[in-house]
Amino acid sequence: MELDDLYRRVIMDHYKNPRNRGTFDGDAVTVNLNNPSCGDRITLQLKVEEGVVQDAKFQGEGCSISLSSASMMTDAVKGKTMEEAMGMAENFSCMMRGQDVDFDYDDIEALSGVKKFPARIKCATLAWNAMRKGLERPESND
Amino acid sequence: MNASELRKLFPILDQEVNGHPLVYLDSAATSQKPIPVLEALKAYYEHDNANVHRGVHTLGSRATDAYEGAREKVAAFLNARYTEEIIFTRGTTTAINLVAASYARSVCREGDEIVLTPIEHHSNLIPWQQAAKATGATLKYIPVQPDGSLLLEDVEATITPNTKMVALTYVSNVMGTVNPVKQIAAIAHKHGAKILVDGAQSTPHMKVDVRDLDCDFYAFSGHKMCAPTGIGCLYGKKELLEKMEPVEFGGEMIDHVDLYESTWKELPWRFEGGTPIIAGAVGLGAAIDFLQEIGLDEIERHEHELAAYAYERLSEIDGLAIYGPSKNRSGLVTFNLGEVHPHDVATVLDSEGVAVRAGHHCCQPLMRWLAVTATARASFYLYNTHEDVDRLAAALVKTKEYFGHGIG
Repeated sequence: MELDDLYRRVIMDHYKNPRNRGTFDGDAVTVNLNNPSCGDRITLQLKVEEGVVQDAKFQGEGCSISLSSASMMTDAVKGKTMEEAMGMAENFSCMMRGQDVDFDYDDIEALSGVKKFPARIKCATLAWNAMRKGLERPESND
Repeated sequence: MNASELRKLFPILDQEVNGHPLVYLDSAATSQKPIPVLEALKAYYEHDNANVHRGVHTLGSRATDAYEGAREKVAAFLNARYTEEIIFTRGTTTAINLVAASYARSVCREGDEIVLTPIEHHSNLIPWQQAAKATGATLKYIPVQPDGSLLLEDVEATITPNTKMVALTYVSNVMGTVNPVKQIAAIAHKHGAKILVDGAQSTPHMKVDVRDLDCDFYAFSGHKMCAPTGIGCLYGKKELLEKMEPVEFGGEMIDHVDLYESTWKELPWRFEGGTPIIAGAVGLGAAIDFLQEIGLDEIERHEHELAAYAYERLSEIDGLAIYGPSKNRSGLVTFNLGEVHPHDVATVLDSEGVAVRAGHHCCQPLMRWLAVTATARASFYLYNTHEDVDRLAAALVKTKEYFGHGIG
């Protein structure tokens, strides 16, 4: 088990300098999600217009893996259609199961090392699950 | 007591994890099991296994003797007055739920109070929330000091003549504080309230005498004290248990069954519906023998010394915050390493072969009170050594280096 597989430089960069941290003024799809086994939590906001994710922001508390994953995810979904965003979430799950997956947003691939640390997969998927939940029912604010 | 020698009786500890000899510091979550307990389970299944209380055949009597013999061991271990005051349950959670669902719901009315502390494990919190919702009773909390301890004057001020039930932990699974439950029981009784003591973190580590404490109910789990998972106990004073209705119904717990009405067996079996946890009880009996042979006082002394040593070693690490009292702590140390999230701490420690718990420890209200989302916790048992603490300290220093800035 190599720690550096888990804590790659790009992950630590997103952890220490998270992108898209904050909240929107005005209307946005809002999802609150917890990881009850460890206390991590995320509030994700998505600006969706005509089926396209225009912008995304998050707030929350968590470990380096969950926060860096949220930072990458919010960057990566911007400008994607809802369908494309859901596809990315599916791809992310596949990556956690050990499959080779490509992302337009390369940084995400740095999280592939998480698959070797089964206890941490839930940390990595929290933000993605929040995104899925938000896009499944974009009209209803959680 | 010689921890290095005792350690050899725990086969699981003799292994490498991620290329390092395992240092197991998560016994507050669950303890490891010694050879005598593993052998007792094997012997039971190889020689005596049968269902209890009904077989006319020889194995049936042997299994019944083994099961009821374990009950007698628990009764003596806790110094209960009567063997039938010991009810086998799945663990502490089930034991507390039984009291909350049966006793508390039958005695509590609107306007009554159930008194707790904010440092309780979820298992000694949520059953009372549910009982309060069902009866209209109010939950009240004894305030805690910054180090997690309780002041008797605060206990006095919280418990009133309207208090029907007081439930609190003997030893905190996060703060390591040891609560003065004997004095609190006296205060509760002065107001006519009953007291339940959560013994999950005390029973494995110190001598417990339920008659000396004068508690009305006492709950604990076997798996934290060298026994298998899935076995625990509720102790209750006989006169209270006799008034309580069962909450699980079915085989084993009945006296006479009609199509429309049934009656219950006497204590303790009326609370043990279904085929009981026979092998678990046998394992618990073997664990009690094992612990008593070493001596609970010896175990307590050893762990307090280890916790004090850990407190000292961890205090040397800049940026590391330790929660709980600096003195008189039971065998665990809860901490955070600067801004590094406890998950990340636990992952790096694991890569060094050191197993600790990270998270909210089933104490979300306590985490909010500490103003943290999670903590890391190292907990000790009879098989841990000073060397284990040194390995923990060294691994923490490495964690700090690994995560670089933001600490200290």
